[in-house]
Amino acid sequence: MEIEAEANPMDKYLRADRIPHIWCPGCGLGIVLNAFLHAIDELKIDMDELAIVSGIGCTGRIAGYINCDSYHTTHGRAIPFATGLRLANPEMKVVVISGDGDLFAIGGNHFIHAARRNIDITVIGVNNYNYGMTGGQLGPTTPLGARTTTSPYGNVEHPFNLCHVAHASGAVYVARWTVLHAVRLKNSIKEAMNKNGFSFIEVIAACPTTYGRRNKMPTGLDEMKYYREHSIIRHGIDPSQANIEIGKDIIVGKFIDIEKPTYSDAFEELKKRVKK
Amino acid sequence: MKKEIRFSGYGGQGIILMGNIAAKAAVLYDDKNAVYTPSYGPEARGGAASSNVIIADEEIDYPYVTDIDVLVAMSQLGYEHNAPLLKDNGVLIIDKDLVKLKNGVGKVAKIDATRIAEQLGKRIVANIVMLGFFTAVTKILSYDAIKKAVLESVPAKFKELNEIALEKGYKEGKK
Amino acid sequence: MKKIRFWSGDIAAAEGAIAAGCRFFAGYPITPASDIAEHMALRLPQENGIFIQMEDELASMAAILGASWGGAKVMTATSGPGFSLMQENIGLGAITETPCVVADVQRAGPSTGMPTLVGQGDVMQSRWGSHGDYETIVISPSSPQESFDLIIRAFNLAELYRVPVIFLMDECVAHMSERVVVPPKEKIEVVERLKPSMPPEQYMPFKPLNNIAPMAIAGMGYKIHVTGLTHNEKGYPQTTSTEVQEWMIRHICDKIRKNERKIRDIEEYEMDDAEIAVVSFGIAGRSAKAAVKIARKHGIKAGLIRLKTIWPFPEEYFENAADNIKKFIVAEINYGQVKLEVERSIHGKASVELLPKFGGAVHTPMEIYNKIKEAKNGN
Repeated sequence: MEIEAEANPMDKYLRADRIPHIWCPGCGLGIVLNAFLHAIDELKIDMDELAIVSGIGCTGRIAGYINCDSYHTTHGRAIPFATGLRLANPEMKVVVISGDGDLFAIGGNHFIHAARRNIDITVIGVNNYNYGMTGGQLGPTTPLGARTTTSPYGNVEHPFNLCHVAHASGAVYVARWTVLHAVRLKNSIKEAMNKNGFSFIEVIAACPTTYGRRNKMPTGLDEMKYYREHSIIRHGIDPSQANIEIGKDIIVGKFIDIEKPTYSDAFEELKKRVKK
Repeated sequence: MKKEIRFSGYGGQGIILMGNIAAKAAVLYDDKNAVYTPSYGPEARGGAASSNVIIADEEIDYPYVTDIDVLVAMSQLGYEHNAPLLKDNGVLIIDKDLVKLKNGVGKVAKIDATRIAEQLGKRIVANIVMLGFFTAVTKILSYDAIKKAVLESVPAKFKELNEIALEKGYKEGKK
Repeated sequence: MKKIRFWSGDIAAAEGAIAAGCRFFAGYPITPASDIAEHMALRLPQENGIFIQMEDELASMAAILGASWGGAKVMTATSGPGFSLMQENIGLGAITETPCVVADVQRAGPSTGMPTLVGQGDVMQSRWGSHGDYETIVISPSSPQESFDLIIRAFNLAELYRVPVIFLMDECVAHMSERVVVPPKEKIEVVERLKPSMPPEQYMPFKPLNNIAPMAIAGMGYKIHVTGLTHNEKGYPQTTSTEVQEWMIRHICDKIRKNERKIRDIEEYEMDDAEIAVVSFGIAGRSAKAAVKIARKHGIKAGLIRLKTIWPFPEEYFENAADNIKKFIVAEINYGQVKLEVERSIHGKASVELLPKFGGAVHTPMEIYNKIKEAKNGN
């Protein structure tokens, strides 16, 4: 009897020789990757014209699994690297996929300024409330009271509301989903990638190994159940009203979708004016 | 030939531009070697401004002014700070309304550059009046060269005014 | 036709960069390097290039790396504090073999130091500033003319060797203005990076062909992975293989070390019969030359070795030079950096003395001449 493994239709977008991935069982990153691949499949993106840039961390490894030009940069610096790449090579669609610590702690300054400039990139920020790769330390999105290895008595810092940060900084597209909302997430990624300008999607993702088990959700399934019980879709809500707190509802949806000129648009105009 | 020149005054008089224009004139229009360095060291402190130029036929290695051949002083402070560095046979050029001499030793060329500029309607061109005067007194630069350098360095709508200012100063120096 | 310009070192460096093909500049304002950014902001849009002022030097360095992978010739410019912030991504540039030019207009440090005054204290940082083993090429101009000429060479070497090249200027050279002769465009040698032409399945993005791997820029269809992790010839992370680590480190270092002679660029003045050699670079090199002229007038057999390329350090050159030199005097505006390298290179064949300036001022020719005279008299 001859047995042939069935190929997954998404395999063509992956670097087969880089699989298996490094992620833990129950991790939300597989769902994010899957949603992203379905989005580019449905958008019929030419993989020669897609560049993925990431920083450091578990999420940062996504870049290495997708079969396109991919850049795994230093901690926090994915966005400025992507800015340079996008400006120097306007043919490329540039997507940054990185984690909450990378994008909003060490890289926070770059995030707000790229949004302010309206650089034409899509940023997918995977928020698992902690630094997973390094063992579960406190991050800029760790909810008040949550236990991490560097907040063993419970977090006393106020976390960022990432969508509020993105909106306040000038992003033209802002959405939030959890990994439970895989199809809605995919649809948002499609919308974001079609936006002209700085688009941001926050994905709340399970991290049972280093976050969940210290916060009464020891498996990926526990975290998914929590998302199901607590998520409420509120499209168009002011992101400032969508703070995340333990035990309270997680407000998800598409919050912002506006138009304004990108840095590239404005710079091209400028060049026309000053041409010798 | 090697001349070390310092222009001194206070911020806002266009002292930096004077040095730049003089060196530019030497390099671009008189085919000499010249180096311009902005305010440097203690003489640049407080409200004081200075700029330095070396003009030479030979290669200029060390670019800073140490023993001054020509000191142009457009403020009392600039005069007092820098006069001790003037060579024995050096030339001192002053705006006579702004500088009160402390000892009368040496060659001093005096002009009321700021007053002349005011009469032309723009006090700001006092530095250009002074550059014209400097050109005539020292003969280090040709008038043609300094004129070209001035016209190249000022905004288009002020070219005429600056040309008149330069000529006024130059004529004063020829007297 | 050649053109005569009257430019400061900063302006000359910016114009030289444009002449070398630089079409992307990202930077953050800092004295005394801001004039470069300002001139690029003025000029790059005219040349169909891109200027962007980033939020800090971390971002500036990351942006030029991204733009280099996007296919542009790239540059940033900074001074001490900003140079410190750039080190992390200079390391990324080294490990990912990304061509780029970083101008560091040195001022007196450490820390904020003397923001408007000269220093030459970043010599070691320009070589060793990022962590781990790597090599850079470091070029140091002494005049606006060299700021123009040598930054073109900096771009050419960056593209040729796929390496970050540090253009180590100083405040004095940056702010002084002088004659700059700009050759006609066709007389300026410009090197373009080697790109792959083989089918994607055969291409290994980090496999050297004759020392250097061809570089596939974004969108060429090679779908490469570029990472700051230790990686193999394919570019894939290999974070536990000591063999891959050894291969990679040897490659990124040896591609420079083994070409030291080709990269070497030294001005020798009156060295034919010299017994005392003044070693210097940048602005201090000009004082040193003046001092040697004074010494020669007084019949002292002194010469000048001026380093236009500081790193890779010309060890072999100094070892040979030491056969004929009794004493090396190293005149630098720091408390002993190039001096250590000279000492290391000559294996005790001659004596080496440091003539430091601590920042804020340049040696006068007489200060250096007096040291030459002392050496002559056997002190």
